[in-house]
Amino acid sequence: MTNKAGPITTVLGFVLVLWYAGAVWLNAPGVIERVLNDKPGWTASDLVSATLNMERPLLPAPHQVAIDLYSSIVDWPLDSPRNLLFHMAVTAQSTLVGFVLGTVLGVLLAAAIVHSRTLDRALLPWIVASQTVPVLAIAPIVLVILGSLGLSGVAPKAAIAMYLCFFPVTVAMVQGLRSPQRIETELMHTYAATRLQAFWMLRMPAALPFLFPSLRIAIAAGLVGAMVAELPTGAQAGLGARLLTGSYYGNTVGIWSALVLSALLGLGLTAAVAGVERLVLRSRRT
Amino acid sequence: MSPLTGLLMVVAIVLAVWSVRRCAAIDGPRWAGPLTAGLFGLWLLFFWQAGVTVFEVPRVLLPSPWSIVQSMGEHAGTLTRDFVQTVLKAVLFGWVLGSALGFAVGVAIDRLPFLQRGLLPVASLTSTIPLVAVAPIMVMWFGFEWQSKAAVVVLMTFFPMLVATLAGLQAAGKLERELMHSYAASYTRTLLDLRLPCAVPFIVSALKVNATLALIGAIVAEFFGSPTVGLGFRISTEAAKMNMSLVWGAIVVAAVTGSLAYALLVQLERRWAFWHPSVRSR
Repeated sequence: MTNKAGPITTVLGFVLVLWYAGAVWLNAPGVIERVLNDKPGWTASDLVSATLNMERPLLPAPHQVAIDLYSSIVDWPLDSPRNLLFHMAVTAQSTLVGFVLGTVLGVLLAAAIVHSRTLDRALLPWIVASQTVPVLAIAPIVLVILGSLGLSGVAPKAAIAMYLCFFPVTVAMVQGLRSPQRIETELMHTYAATRLQAFWMLRMPAALPFLFPSLRIAIAAGLVGAMVAELPTGAQAGLGARLLTGSYYGNTVGIWSALVLSALLGLGLTAAVAGVERLVLRSRRT
Repeated sequence: MSPLTGLLMVVAIVLAVWSVRRCAAIDGPRWAGPLTAGLFGLWLLFFWQAGVTVFEVPRVLLPSPWSIVQSMGEHAGTLTRDFVQTVLKAVLFGWVLGSALGFAVGVAIDRLPFLQRGLLPVASLTSTIPLVAVAPIMVMWFGFEWQSKAAVVVLMTFFPMLVATLAGLQAAGKLERELMHSYAASYTRTLLDLRLPCAVPFIVSALKVNATLALIGAIVAEFFGSPTVGLGFRISTEAAKMNMSLVWGAIVVAAVTGSLAYALLVQLERRWAFWHPSVRSR
């Protein structure tokens, strides 16, 4: 880890420098037209400082985004829609609900597929094939169907996050539940273990190393699903809604703040899953 | 629902379960697996159609497969234009450019272990970030046309390809590398004759992942604003107009595109990476 810290900071620092350079380069024409036109004899340093502190820049500078994030989090109470943490909580809630439901559904389906030859032959190929299809495109349909059934709020968003989560979990769990070797299943058989006992004592523990990588994929996919689901629902709350309102009103700094926060949310959720993975797999080894 | 149709439905269900189970029990021939899956799919379509007709499900909720096909036929021109706009322009351009950039950067920093150690963790972390959320920014920068969608696709496909290229270039065995060294092979020779061929399976699987990502990226980016053409635009506006048959039609087009692209890449993999264990075992 220590020998990686140096290179990573270098790369991130390089990205930051690029970002500032890009901000100056992209905002320069607008600044020259709007700000510096009525001030003849401006210098290069005027130009740079003006590009980095524009009202509605094409590309906001990192410190503008940081200030916007900070002020939205500190200046407003947590339950105010002006606070970005409120929107992050809304998105995180639908992601997590969908993730839990999708994982349960995926594991149940995988258990059924492993124990039924018919399901294995008939259903699994379709689940695998659905990985190659942009399933996210169904999101508007799910919203319409659930909306006409009278469901609104968290439910439709969680439903979309759920079906994005369950595909990878099912595929990985089928693989994991099948991973015990023949000699091990035969040992369970000689112990006269029932199928249920064999499932809990042999198949399930063997499947855990397959489950967790798929969970990390699933939660990232679920977050994208939850954010996309927030777009057509009138854009009331959530990070996806903030992105949409930001693009309607040309509030670039707001878009970037929402973007940074959604990236942090994605990193945080994946890190949480990885943390659980480390806890579970460590206690197994001892 | 009259008693007769009810009886017919029960008979159909029994027949479906029996035939699929029977088919799944066939052992041996290679066509048995696809046949079962195909049969299951056909029965599913049948019950979808029959269920929607018998229970008179409103078309807003769930259109029948037949009405989806009809609407695809009616709006064939529109869907073709959407396909050209989204797939042939945004997805294809973005997918090629993003993958090529990822590959080029991967090869370029191959000789700089310092950059690799810094870039690899950062690039892997981007898979946990909802990158598609940059869509409104790209629309602001590149306008409503397909260029902004292609830009989103470039960003989404770049990192998986970079990670795969870096991993693939490390895949050549120590023994083989030492052999090349003992032949006094230059860096370029080793790269071209040993390490790039070894990286091909990694690169092809990144191309496969990227194909799906590119479709998702372009469709979702169109939700944020687009000219009045494109698959994502069609899906979002027709869903708002409750014209669900056409929405499903657009999704069918996207789904078929995705699976065809995947099948094509699997064929390419067979040709380029025929020597790799994962391909040979098939």
